[in-house]
Amino acid sequence: MKAAIVLFPGSNREGDAARALRQAGAQTAVVWHADHDLPAGTDLVVLPGGFSYGDYLRCGAIAGRAHIMDAVRRHAAAGGYVLGICNGFQILCESGLLPGVLMRNRDLRFICKRQHLRVERNDTAFTRAYAPHQAIDVAIAHGEGNYEALEETIRKLEGEGLVAFRYCDARGQVGEAFNPNGSTNHIAGIYSEKHNVLGMMPHPENLIDPLVGGIDGRGLFESLIRAA
Amino acid sequence: MTAQKLHEPAITPDLVARHGLKPDEYRRILDLIGREPSFTELGIFSAMWNEHCSYKSSRLHLRKLPTKAPWVIQGPGENAGIIDIGDGLACAFKMESHNHPSYIEPYQGATTGVGGILRDVFTMGARPIACLNLLRFGSVDHPRTRHLVSGVVAGIGGYGNSFGVPTVGGSTAFHASYDGNILVNAMAVGLVRKDEIFYAAATGVGRPIVYLGSKTGRDGIHGATMASAEFDADSDEKRPTVQVGDPFSEKLLLEACLEIMASGCVVAIQDMGAAGLTSSAVEMGAKGNLGVELDLDQVPCREPGMSAYEMMLSESQERMLMVLDPAKEEEAEAIFRKWGLDFAVIGKTTDTLRFVVKHKGETKVDLPIKELGDEAPLYDRPHVPTPRPEKLDPLTLASPLAIDAALKKLVACPDLASKRWVWEQYDHLILGNSIVGPGGDEAVVRVGDGPKGLALTTDVTPRYCFADPVEGGKQAVAEAWRNINAVGGRPLALTDNLNFGNPEKPEIMGQFVGCLDGIGEACRALDFPIVSGNVSLYNETQGKGILPTPSIGGVGLVDDVAKCVGVAFRAPGEKILLVGETEGWLGQSIYLREILGFEQGAPPPVDLAHEKSHGEFVRDLIAKGLVTAAHDLSDGGLAIALAEMAMAGGIGATVAAPGADSAAIWFGEDQGRYLLAARAEQASEIVARAAEAGVAVAILGETGGETLRLGAHPPVLVRELLDAHENWMPAYMAGGGKIAML
Repeated sequence: MKAAIVLFPGSNREGDAARALRQAGAQTAVVWHADHDLPAGTDLVVLPGGFSYGDYLRCGAIAGRAHIMDAVRRHAAAGGYVLGICNGFQILCESGLLPGVLMRNRDLRFICKRQHLRVERNDTAFTRAYAPHQAIDVAIAHGEGNYEALEETIRKLEGEGLVAFRYCDARGQVGEAFNPNGSTNHIAGIYSEKHNVLGMMPHPENLIDPLVGGIDGRGLFESLIRAA
Repeated sequence: MTAQKLHEPAITPDLVARHGLKPDEYRRILDLIGREPSFTELGIFSAMWNEHCSYKSSRLHLRKLPTKAPWVIQGPGENAGIIDIGDGLACAFKMESHNHPSYIEPYQGATTGVGGILRDVFTMGARPIACLNLLRFGSVDHPRTRHLVSGVVAGIGGYGNSFGVPTVGGSTAFHASYDGNILVNAMAVGLVRKDEIFYAAATGVGRPIVYLGSKTGRDGIHGATMASAEFDADSDEKRPTVQVGDPFSEKLLLEACLEIMASGCVVAIQDMGAAGLTSSAVEMGAKGNLGVELDLDQVPCREPGMSAYEMMLSESQERMLMVLDPAKEEEAEAIFRKWGLDFAVIGKTTDTLRFVVKHKGETKVDLPIKELGDEAPLYDRPHVPTPRPEKLDPLTLASPLAIDAALKKLVACPDLASKRWVWEQYDHLILGNSIVGPGGDEAVVRVGDGPKGLALTTDVTPRYCFADPVEGGKQAVAEAWRNINAVGGRPLALTDNLNFGNPEKPEIMGQFVGCLDGIGEACRALDFPIVSGNVSLYNETQGKGILPTPSIGGVGLVDDVAKCVGVAFRAPGEKILLVGETEGWLGQSIYLREILGFEQGAPPPVDLAHEKSHGEFVRDLIAKGLVTAAHDLSDGGLAIALAEMAMAGGIGATVAAPGADSAAIWFGEDQGRYLLAARAEQASEIVARAAEAGVAVAILGETGGETLRLGAHPPVLVRELLDAHENWMPAYMAGGGKIAML
């Protein structure tokens, strides 16, 4: 599988994403934000974590309008896979590829910790390696991860199976106590209508190594390899 | 229209005094240059000769510290110290304070502290891989403390998180002596190939001097001078001297600098830190035995109408100065433009050994470049040794609380309570190499894909340093040494950040000299040299100084991170072993302060020979895979170390006292000790090895159950300890600190 990782000024988890993708068997290339095209044969575009443009204006607002995003939109429209992690999710929302917005965390503080997620469905290209409703242990590191959208959008996401992950405890139980940022319906990640675009706040790419916390993040990258 | 001639004030004794220069220092300037300095020149002398930049009170004593070892590539004097870690790699690291600005404006003060230290590391060509910090705040009852804690923590996170380097460790504590002067000491660690290190010394005459990074503004003018004076009642008015940080620019600067360094364009590089353009340009020239000529008309400015004085003294952040290979100027410029950063040729190297600054057709500065640094005043300030306090007799201390009750109180006291509230605001997981993260005493960061790693720690026990500076200085080094050994690392080198009060007071200078004596003695005994550091003096407000706080940042090498152990008990049924001897030393202990309500007596003495043999013994056990957990003993002694291991693992323990079943034995802070956990068969092997090595080791008990049982005292639920330990800081920050402490 060929993955293209888009580098915006201020991206900082591009190396972590590349490491996880390569470990799963993908080839990775870095694409500069000012480029107009993706490398030929790109199967997956990754918008990595970080603080693109310093989070100035709004998180992801400037990056969402970068040249390369036109190419990313074309790629998505043609059914190609797109994964936006953390700032990447914020960029996807700002670029119109996903609905909704990421607001400041409920406690108004940046929060970095290990966090369980419930895999809402395991029949997408991103989650086939997981069991149904598996609780996976990954990491979060964000100040603006509180997902909000219009009521009708939330209804649509819920009604059409577009919620990818929810914050939960180790047993997969969902509730306010396990929601780190106040996100609506404990949403941690969502799909586009065709399930080929995934935006998520947590960092599966930081949980791929038994020496560094565990390997629950691997499944997402392994699923993508199988899908491509 | 003619350019408006900027009014420059006449040089009067009052103006000289307002530049922080003493009358005899001003006479020194007159003797040196043989004429009255211009206004800009006066500003430059003020910037170069203040305490912060010239180390005029401390230089004499810093020279006594050991700085060499076969693995030291670069000792003090460059932007960061560098040590060889094998495989062609080197580690660059340094710790630096941003105390004064952080008190005035906590968020920006802390961010620019982190930004400055990161720049010091990547200026040498190293990519930062970890940050640590050491924070000291005033009493939890002081009305300003919450505001300062929340601003500083958000600031450290705000910069490091955006820049993209994990903040993996640190120490946060409180004491009333910091009510008017908090300490924000930030440490950065980077990796560089040994043959790709960059230095500040310029070479070659007539080479372009290039300005890179953010534009110059009117922020931080005289920041270094502000940091070289005591605070008075009007310190809030100094807010404009605090710089404003932009981690986004710094991230771009990092990527652009590393790219430009790899391209072979760079001859020399120096970041603009304290005293900005002045200090960086003078250092590049003076170190390279060259003159420097600057044309300020070329300096990228944020606002129009800036004077030469302002440009030379601005401490605007995220700026660099480079000397480039003239043949590669265009290539270098293209890299900077790609990253959207300013790039301007603002001068050249000369063979005159003069520092010449021109602005709008006028020569504003013409000074001898070497003398600006070399001829800075050097003081042998009078110092009186701190009288050695008497040793406390623990038997005379009536304990108001039972051991189990004291334990519950101590795990939730401000200094020992969990600092999760702090470190969860720092991205400690980015880069995916945090083998041991924050929350313990030390961190381990893997080097690339391993197997090697770096063990990192920051330590100091200021109350020991106050009571006995020599023993306190030794102890700070010894604790860093212990923390690195306790994860299985081999301690290699240190950075220090010496925070003290007003050095013009002989007692304060006595603390400084005493601490350095202790630090030097410990470094020599443990073969643990100091390769970089920073001095922060005048941490006083209205005549009241801080506890002497010589922060130590330690770096060690782990050969295989898979063999590292943490503090958490791993399984029930394992033996608990104590390395080292316990006399029950309560003088200056946390127990004495928190339970009995006073800070008295001599601090625990440090036996450096024992430290060395115990540390090597523990490290060897970890390398051989004989232990499952290890923890050094420090604040709160044996009982607190046991509680921390139990809370981290969620497993209880039953432990007998290594002596009388008394508060002194459980909470005494005798040095040179470690707790280990090991499976039964390995525990007996450890005891046998200890006998052979002449190290005192005793099996004290066993892990298991849900409670911690200390001697004959009532068992305490680990869960209950953990709740108290975790809840103190969130409750305090939410405004309920007083209630939660009862």
